Parts: sequence; C-alpha cells; structure tokens
Amino acid sequence: MLYKKKWPLLIFVVPSLIFMLLFLYIPFIENIKNSLYDMTTIVELPGTKWRFIGLENYKKLLTDTDLRIAILNSFKMMVLTVIFEVGIAFVLAVMVSQIKKLQQVFRTVYFFPIVISATAIGLLFKLFYNYNGGMLNQILESLGKDPVNWLQPSTAFIMICIPTLWSYVGFYFVIILTGLSDISDDIYEAAAIDGCSKFKQVFYITLPMIKPVLMTSVTLAVTGALKVFDLPWVIAPNGAPQGITHFLGTYMYQTSFALNNYDYGSVLALIIVIFGVIVSKGVGFITESREEKEERRRKKHVQRRKA
Amino acid sequence: MYREEKPRNRRPIKIGTIVVYFILIFWAITTIFPFIWVLLNSVKPSAEVLNSSFALPKEFTWGNYENAFSQLNVLNAYKHSLLISCSVTIGVMILSAFLSFAISRYDFKGKKILNSLLVASLMFPVFSTIIPVFRMMVSWKLLNTNFAVILPQIAGNLSFATIVMIGFMNSIPIEMEEAAYMEGANVFQVFFRIIVPLCKPSLSTVAIFSFLWSYNDLFVQKIMIDDPKRFPISTLLERISSQYGTDFGLMAASVALIIVPVLIVYCFLQKNIIKGLTAGAVKG
Repeated sequence: MLYKKKWPLLIFVVPSLIFMLLFLYIPFIENIKNSLYDMTTIVELPGTKWRFIGLENYKKLLTDTDLRIAILNSFKMMVLTVIFEVGIAFVLAVMVSQIKKLQQVFRTVYFFPIVISATAIGLLFKLFYNYNGGMLNQILESLGKDPVNWLQPSTAFIMICIPTLWSYVGFYFVIILTGLSDISDDIYEAAAIDGCSKFKQVFYITLPMIKPVLMTSVTLAVTGALKVFDLPWVIAPNGAPQGITHFLGTYMYQTSFALNNYDYGSVLALIIVIFGVIVSKGVGFITESREEKEERRRKKHVQRRKA
Repeated sequence: MYREEKPRNRRPIKIGTIVVYFILIFWAITTIFPFIWVLLNSVKPSAEVLNSSFALPKEFTWGNYENAFSQLNVLNAYKHSLLISCSVTIGVMILSAFLSFAISRYDFKGKKILNSLLVASLMFPVFSTIIPVFRMMVSWKLLNTNFAVILPQIAGNLSFATIVMIGFMNSIPIEMEEAAYMEGANVFQVFFRIIVPLCKPSLSTVAIFSFLWSYNDLFVQKIMIDDPKRFPISTLLERISSQYGTDFGLMAASVALIIVPVLIVYCFLQKNIIKGLTAGAVKG
C-alpha cells in the first residue's frame, strides 16, 4: 500500500462510518430490540417505560390472518416476477439480439418505465382501472359491454401485479441483452453450419451460456418482489379491499405507521429481512447445486480410485 | 461456400423476422402508449377524459395544469424533491468516493470487518431500519424537514455506491498516484486531482442511481413528512390520487408533470442512465 500516514483515514472513513452506524446498523439492532418490547409510543415519554414482553409479539404472528395473506401475496409476486419479468425480458432480449435495425430504439423504449416513479405509474393505472370512465371501462363500453369494477376482490391482486411486472421488464431486458452480446458469434455460426435451427440455438447455446446472467436477474427480481411498496400502496392503499391485496411491505407500513403498532411492525420488518436472506440464498443454492454436485461426485470418484 | 449459404437461409429468416418485429413493436407500444395517453388527456377537460379518452382533444385546455400549479403547489413540491434528491446524490458521491478510496488504497485494522459490514448492509431493506430512524427523527425534532428524508436515504444508498466504487478504483493503476506522491503531493491533492477525475464514469453511475432512487421513492417521504406544505413530489402525487380521485384531468396533468421532466432528461442521458442503473444493480 502506497500511503503510510494513517491520519487521513479519519477524514475518509469516519464520516461514512458514522452515517452507516447511525442510520443502518444501530437502527437494525434497535429494531430487533424493539420487537421484544411493548412500545406504547414511538418515543419513550418521560416517566414511562416500554414494557419488556419477550416473544409476545412473535406469538401474534401465528394467529395473524392478514399476515398470512400478505406473505402469500408476496410469494405469489415472486413467482410472477420470475415468470413474467425475467421470462418476457428473456424472450424480448433474444428477439432483439437477432435483429439488426432499431436495437437501440427498443432498448431505450423498453427501459423507459424504470425511470418513472412507481407512484406516477400507480396513478396512471388508477386512471385505467377507474369504474366511472376509466380507460378499460371505456373500451368495454365501446364494445357494448357492461363496465367492470377492476379492483374488486377477485381481480384486485392481478390488477396490482400487472403494472408492477410491466414496468420492470425493461430492466431485466437490458441486463439479459448485455449478457447476450457477450456470447461470441462464432458459436452460433458453427451451430448454423452444423444445421442447428434458430430455436435449437436458443435452447442449446443461448440458455446455458447466459445462465449466470439469468440467475442474477432472478435473484434481483425475487428480492425486489419482497420489497414492493409504492405501487400497490398507490393503487390499493391499506390492502384495499379488506386487506386482501397486502404485501409484506404495505402490511408492515400500515401496522407501524397507520395503526401506530410499532413493536409488531418491527417484527414484520424482521420477517421481511429473514425472507430476503432465505430467498436469495435459496436461489443461489438451486443454481449452484448442480455444479457443486458434479464437483462432489468427481471428488468421490477420485477418492474411490485412490482407495 | 458463402454463396451456397445465402439462398438457403434467406426465406425462413424473413418470415421469422416479421414475426419478431411484430412482437417487439407490440411490446414497445404497450410501453409508450400509457404515457402518450396520459399526456393527451392532460390537456382535455375532465368531462372529456371520462367519455372519450382515446380521441385527440376536441377542446384544448391548459386548465388542468393551471389547477395543478395553483391548487396543489406542484412547484413547491418540485423544489423539495430536487433539494432532497440533489443533497442525497452529492452526499452519496462524496462519502462513497472517500470510503472506497480508503478501502482500496489503505491497509488498516478492521478493514475486513468494514468490508463485510458493507456487504451485509445490502441485505437490510429500508423496512428493517425505518422505525428506529423515525424515532430518532422524532426525538431530534427533524420530522417534517427535508433532513429527515435526506439522511436515511444517504445511508441507504451509501454501502451500495461504495461497493460499486471500490470495484472501479481497484481497476485504476496505482502508478500515476505513486508518481504524484513521490513528487510531493499530499493524499488530498492526489485524491482530488487524480482519483476523482479518473473516477468520473463510476461517479456518474453512482449519481444516476442515487438521484433516481431518491427522486422516485415514496416510502421514506411518506413516513417522514406529513405536512402538505412540505410534500415532495411523490407524496403529493399520492395525496392527489386519494383526494382528487374524481378529477381525471387534474390527475392526468399531475402524472404528466412528473413524467415530462424525467422524459426530457432520459432523452439526453439515456445511454448513461441505462448503463448506470443496470451496471449498479448487477454489481450489488
């Protein structure tokens, strides 16, 4: 290392460290501590103390039916993001990589919804879904059909998922397209000369070669799905109707900041962290397991030979 | 051989290409159409939006925009949003450049711990820290000020930005710094005259994603600011949707107002923005 004098580190490291301690690490620990207390107010008023109640808040988890809905919805959202966000993005990316013209235009257009805030997109779709004169009902009317209440209990969840999924396709599209451009053309040429059709090329060359990129996208999509808040909240605040469109994020917000139930909100926040860790490790495990298995098999083989 | 190949491949590709273009253009339309629809309807009177939202405006009006500016004080919200997002961006840029320089160029006790703390904090979603941060802001009496949004957002973006920056700084050869250092420049001169100019590409990546994350975020704003006079743009929009939900023209105009500035910036900087947002995400 070049720099021997250590004192400039004070200036380089300390401000960031203070920031992160103050706003990330200490709050994270405090959140765990809070979950064990009965928080009557957000700030302990002079003369009052929060009561230590141990795992009392965690017991509530087992009987909370709204939470069950929120967890279920969040998991459904994860599955949908993998199928529709990453899936559609993959198909579009493969198609765009095949064509010569307009590549740049498609990239620009597909990516655009990412830079627009989820709040604006939520508001936009609210205009589409509105019962009285919303865009979708205008289409139905012009076809001579009765207007539909799009945010009724049976369809609300899907109606919230559509904009969420739609707005993020472009993100994975660009990531996958970048991955595709790293695959050498020679491989495709060799395959074409051997009589391999375009479809076969996608299955036998493209898919295996961009597997790492796809897995990064899946991890990002799944952990992102766990954190959705803005869009569902704007379209259906408080999990409307009757809490059936709650996700973990919106349920945590409502519990802590609309109902001021801070201690139980802390537990819910922890649940989000735990799910996040499990899910991202899970994706890693599924993807690496095959190679690891092969390696293990190889090692066993070698050991047997030695024996 | 080349000549033999060509006629064989030509026909199947052509039909396939048409289908491919058809699908690609279809998706492009689903992406553009909602935004054009909302721009189109923002210049119609509300009644016309209700009846014929697809037609071109029969009666062109700026009324919705006038309402948005006079009733909702959109300009004020823009001011707050820009103040917040610019402060977050500058804060993240400075702190992450400092921290990544220290980590990539110095050896010190606890460097490994610092590194793993950085990576670990990527697993903390904003939900897991927001209640204690909210409590702090209440006890510091910072609630309803821009600081209450800026400070946690800087912290939230910092670890990610630092990791992106460390990757870039490690790839910068050390020779130039060595030469400058031998010539008698001090560490700060080296940092500001050599490192910062060389890091421009990754600093712009950091700037782009910090700004957009902060500008587009609703969650932190919504918790920290509940005084309508101090609403940044996202909170204001959310308020509009719950309060003026029947005034379609006004809603369309306010969506347009949030989209248009971003659209203009996106047109000029799209390559940088796309690269910034995706490169940033993949590295984390």
